Amino acid sequence: MYAYDDIDRTLVNERVAEFRDQVQRRLSGELTEDEFKVLRLMNGVYLQLHAYMFRVAIPYGTLSSPQLRKLAHVARKYDRGYGHFTTRQNIQFNWIALADLPDALADLAEVGIHAMQTSGNCTRNVTADQWGGVAPDEVEDPRVWAEILRQHTSLHPEFSFLPRKFKFAITAADHDRAAIKVHDIGLRLRKNDSGETGFEVLVGGGLGRSPFIGKTIKSFVPGRDILSYVEAILRVYNQYGRRDNIYKARIKILVHELGIEKFAAEVEQAWRPIAEGPLTLDDEMIADIRSRFIYPAYEKLPAMPDELRKAAHDARFEAWRKNSVAPHREPGYAIVTLSLKPVGGPPGDATADQMDAIADLADKYSFGEIRVGHEQNLALPHVAKRDLPALWTALDAIGVATPNVNLVSDIIACPGLDYCSLANARSIPIAQELTRRFSNHETANLIGRLHVNISGCINACGHHHVGHIGILGVEKNGEEFYQITIGGRADEDARVGDLIGPAVPYAEVADVIEDIVEAYLALREKPEELFVDTVKRLGVEPFKERVYATR
Amino acid sequence: MPLVKNGAIVADDFVAIADDAELPAGGAVLISATRFLADAEALATRNAPLGVIWPNNRDVAELAPWLDRLSLIALVFPTFRDGRAHSQARRLREIEGFRGELRATGQILRDQFTFLLRNGFDAFAVAKESDAHAFSEATHRYTEFYQPTGDGHLSALQRRRKRHTAAAT
Repeated sequence: MYAYDDIDRTLVNERVAEFRDQVQRRLSGELTEDEFKVLRLMNGVYLQLHAYMFRVAIPYGTLSSPQLRKLAHVARKYDRGYGHFTTRQNIQFNWIALADLPDALADLAEVGIHAMQTSGNCTRNVTADQWGGVAPDEVEDPRVWAEILRQHTSLHPEFSFLPRKFKFAITAADHDRAAIKVHDIGLRLRKNDSGETGFEVLVGGGLGRSPFIGKTIKSFVPGRDILSYVEAILRVYNQYGRRDNIYKARIKILVHELGIEKFAAEVEQAWRPIAEGPLTLDDEMIADIRSRFIYPAYEKLPAMPDELRKAAHDARFEAWRKNSVAPHREPGYAIVTLSLKPVGGPPGDATADQMDAIADLADKYSFGEIRVGHEQNLALPHVAKRDLPALWTALDAIGVATPNVNLVSDIIACPGLDYCSLANARSIPIAQELTRRFSNHETANLIGRLHVNISGCINACGHHHVGHIGILGVEKNGEEFYQITIGGRADEDARVGDLIGPAVPYAEVADVIEDIVEAYLALREKPEELFVDTVKRLGVEPFKERVYATR
Repeated sequence: MPLVKNGAIVADDFVAIADDAELPAGGAVLISATRFLADAEALATRNAPLGVIWPNNRDVAELAPWLDRLSLIALVFPTFRDGRAHSQARRLREIEGFRGELRATGQILRDQFTFLLRNGFDAFAVAKESDAHAFSEATHRYTEFYQPTGDGHLSALQRRRKRHTAAAT
């Protein structure tokens, strides 16, 4: 994890003081709601259907155990005892009172957590591979660069009032777990032929009303130049991004309208005068940030300890281990995913008690570190393999050991009409019903990897476009209907899914998804062919026939 | 609309002249970009301070040939949510090297003063009287900055490097 120094602490405290003043001016009437809205959004405060919603940043998904305990404290003291982990490495509290917000922020600041720019038309929380620093297949730890970008984009004087929101994501691995192709700027850490660290820079990806897959604007930007290069991209966007229509204001539309070549030429022109300027990073600056990431002192441990061999006789343990435990760069250790998708539960929610218990388990088994992934699950990134059986027992006891990671019931969903004032339809009850339909682990395992993503409106917070199965809530004559897409994906082969046919009413969604899954089981060439690959091979037609033949 | 310069509310020396009004022979004037560009050669030789109101959707590079003749450039925030003039200011100051007065006009609140200063503005036509009076407080709220801009503050990265250098010697 990254440890704040005095500079980071001072800045976050100054931000809390500023926000306290802004809330005070709103409460006294000095600021109008219209003025205050923009200011509160820049600190993660939305007005939802029932109350203010407070979104807190978990940069690149890394938390320490004291930080997670503090999130539990905020849930307990200022909210209703739970929090909701989002698809962008944030946590949301849904029932907070405006007058309490400055105190909640001050409490969080004590452990180096803030809510800066978790909403509003500014650069948002910088996200990264939740396995950064521990994944066996990465070039180097992407979080060091994510932290450099987090700092650079926090309270940026020029880019705090952009045409629209702006999201960065970074991956350093071959397998993209950060969904960089559906971000405004996606960065893939790589080495060039001479071994220098740099980035492939993608621009113009995004979901929402008009989904686009990001395009490569430059195949290699050296690490030392990354800040000046993204500064140039943002400068072009700030000046030329559309401001006349909120639905055309994202950078993806500018890139699309200009074409990637013309856009790239504009960026080059903006970059030239600043390329060798004060934004250029040197080795010392990078080393300073890297030095404040704390890496555990791993022991040399066996890759197959006795504890694991013994526990292999327990079928429930084995089912969980095969599903939720991933290889670590150190052979004696493992990365453990904690499913926040229990059968019948809202995806991504954790209670304050669960958060406290997970923080304790992190201290005991994971060097005090927790990760948050965009699939709305948590992970313990440094678990000694010998501890897996004991950890499993503890996780099972608090309900976060459902062995459904990456399976059909590991659903990504937005809060939907149960909370959100933008939504057209409910998301959570659809997800809950699907987890019940597919609660049999053997069946889910037989189906294999299958990502179901649900959004309650066209804004696509549930990333439905890039779900293997995407479910989008729409409103038709005052009733909730759902459009179903298949074949989307958010990884290195990212693509937007295809619609299978007319929208279906609320009551039929779960049946339709079951039909699609049954069609897949009948159509796949072999068990190893994933759902998304069968769709790729056969197209939408055979699925469409199956779903609509009887409807 | 109070004008703040150097942290204090001051009188505006410039008189805004409408496009169809006659230009006075002397005195500091502020004119539109259209009027200026239509007759830039002649206007630039005028023997009194000249200011231009530059819209936020026009490339500031067009002003490059005239920068040393202009005493004031007023950039516009139609609402504070429209941040285009922030980029225009940094380009004028840090790339084009403009040294005259750079004035922020339109709907700006105290909550943007620090950003505006960092981007090179040195004059502020403030919408609310109370914000004008809060200028000093609002611009001393922050003591640390993550980004280097033309305002002379060291960025956090630069400060940390300096500390390392100091510690090493």
